[in-house]
Amino acid sequence: MHGGADAAGSLGCSMQTPAIETRDLARHFGDVFAVDGVDLSIAPGEIYGFLGPNGAGKSTLVRMLCTLLRPSRGRAAVAGHDVARHPELVRLQIGVALQDAALDDRQTGRELLDLQARLYGLRRHERLARVEQVLGLVDIGSAIDRQIATYSGGMKRRLDLAAALIHDPHILFLDEPTTGLDPESRAAVWAEVRTLRAEHGTTIFLTTQYLEEADELADRVGILSRGRLVAEGTPEALKRTVGTDVIVATVTELSPPTLDALRALDGVQEVVAHRHELMVHADDGAAVMSPVAIALHGSGATVRSLTLRTPTLDDVFLELTGSHLGADAEADDEGAA
Amino acid sequence: MTETAPRLEPSGPLVVQARPAGFVVDLFSVAQRAVRQIPREPASVIPALIVPIFFYVLNIGALSKVTGAAAHIDFKSFELPVAVVFAVTGVSRASSLVTDIQNGYFDRLTITPVRRLPLLLGLMMADLALVMALAVPVLLVGLALGVHFRTGVPGMVVFVVLCGVWGLVFTGLPYAIALKTGNPGAVNASFVLFFPITFLSTTFVPKPALQGWLGTVATYNPMTYILAGLRALVSAGWTVPTATAVGDAVLAVAAFGLVSLSLALLALRGRVRRR
Repeated sequence: MHGGADAAGSLGCSMQTPAIETRDLARHFGDVFAVDGVDLSIAPGEIYGFLGPNGAGKSTLVRMLCTLLRPSRGRAAVAGHDVARHPELVRLQIGVALQDAALDDRQTGRELLDLQARLYGLRRHERLARVEQVLGLVDIGSAIDRQIATYSGGMKRRLDLAAALIHDPHILFLDEPTTGLDPESRAAVWAEVRTLRAEHGTTIFLTTQYLEEADELADRVGILSRGRLVAEGTPEALKRTVGTDVIVATVTELSPPTLDALRALDGVQEVVAHRHELMVHADDGAAVMSPVAIALHGSGATVRSLTLRTPTLDDVFLELTGSHLGADAEADDEGAA
Repeated sequence: MTETAPRLEPSGPLVVQARPAGFVVDLFSVAQRAVRQIPREPASVIPALIVPIFFYVLNIGALSKVTGAAAHIDFKSFELPVAVVFAVTGVSRASSLVTDIQNGYFDRLTITPVRRLPLLLGLMMADLALVMALAVPVLLVGLALGVHFRTGVPGMVVFVVLCGVWGLVFTGLPYAIALKTGNPGAVNASFVLFFPITFLSTTFVPKPALQGWLGTVATYNPMTYILAGLRALVSAGWTVPTATAVGDAVLAVAAFGLVSLSLALLALRGRVRRR
């Protein structure tokens, strides 16, 4: 549906111009670096999830890529155009839904979409058609002719997404699109993102502080901590970097024979005991689950619970930063922006 | 919606190409949105109409005999320009602009290919339409109370246009504050600028009656010349002194506008510059 990107202003030469490319991109506010030397290369049609806690620098990075903020250092190209030198060309190629749904409560949804379409130079018949198209994608129903002040949070998010899509952008930036939404609205936004990529080939740059969201949606995930990209890869590859599956058993009383029985099992790499909790590390947790249960029973242990846990992106974040996601909000880049 | 969407291509959805809309489309699109908001916020318009009419009626009731007799003037005619200037001064979409800045809608607009100047001029176009619409009913109240407009209908048209343009150039101040600060409190506080400009002038008495420092301040206050021009249109008929007074009023509005609009444009440039 979309044409190829103009190579002018690209930061590098490749067979296919990246949809988004940054080199040593940085932005500081006074002495604080909200974004500090980020290198990215995102292919056309890719869904890229940018994961990090509040204050990690996600919004500052998005605002630079959307031409709202000038980089302090480094370069960035979006759709092949340098964001600092040709912001007007970048703006024609991108759609943006920022962190808070940026809407005018005193307009109706249809009025807002029509104004947005006008400012993108769409003619009347194009505007009418596109409004109907985006409304088919984001379900707002008859509320589209009501003032936005009457909308729920989920409806505002969907209208915000519709406004970002009205000119059929090649690249869509979604800055924490589901923050504050109920599970049903979150699932609706996820479905819309998947549809966009599947049916339109839109490149989607998604920031989130939800592990599940990045895991569910993104082809690749970048983890941002204190303004730096600390890891990047597919969700599965990132999770593999932190090792094995873990079987967690809670028992009434730990005894040496129980530990010996577990360590003797095939496929078990390591057994770590902590009070009444046993953590059994294994490459294939599902395969050793039954032997572990039998060994526990055979050694006389009384088992309260037995669970298999695969590594999560939070484990990756913990491994890379030493803290869980959500506990790393020292730098308030949104406030600084 | 009054028009049905056109049939899409059988092969698939309509493909559109984003492009700059052009200055005129940008301007009218922004202005249309601003005009649409006005009836949806009656609380921001009704006081601007009621308060000047209330004080006009109150002032001519309380001061007509004293001031009118002392200065040998028709106080109803003398005060009508003040009432209309009250109605049109300080009415703007600056508070809405601050709301847009605070909730991110202004950012949404600046991410589009819209030219930056129409983001301000579009609001001002809506303001001009509104203040001229506000001037008319106040003028009609004056006529209903017995004011004889000596320059007739053409004079009334010049009167309303002059008041409208004054109202427009005054909006430069609240817009400058809105764009510079993005703070609703600061925009609301900008209303205090209305008082010295309006009251340190010939608001209640003719210029010769102003003594000392007040007379000096009034000499340098553009409002003095604006009121003089408007009063000439009401009371003096089409004469050379009237044309001179109206010319001075136009110059006063232009001088004030040069300052206020320059401040607003500088603030706009600062706001849309990517920092």
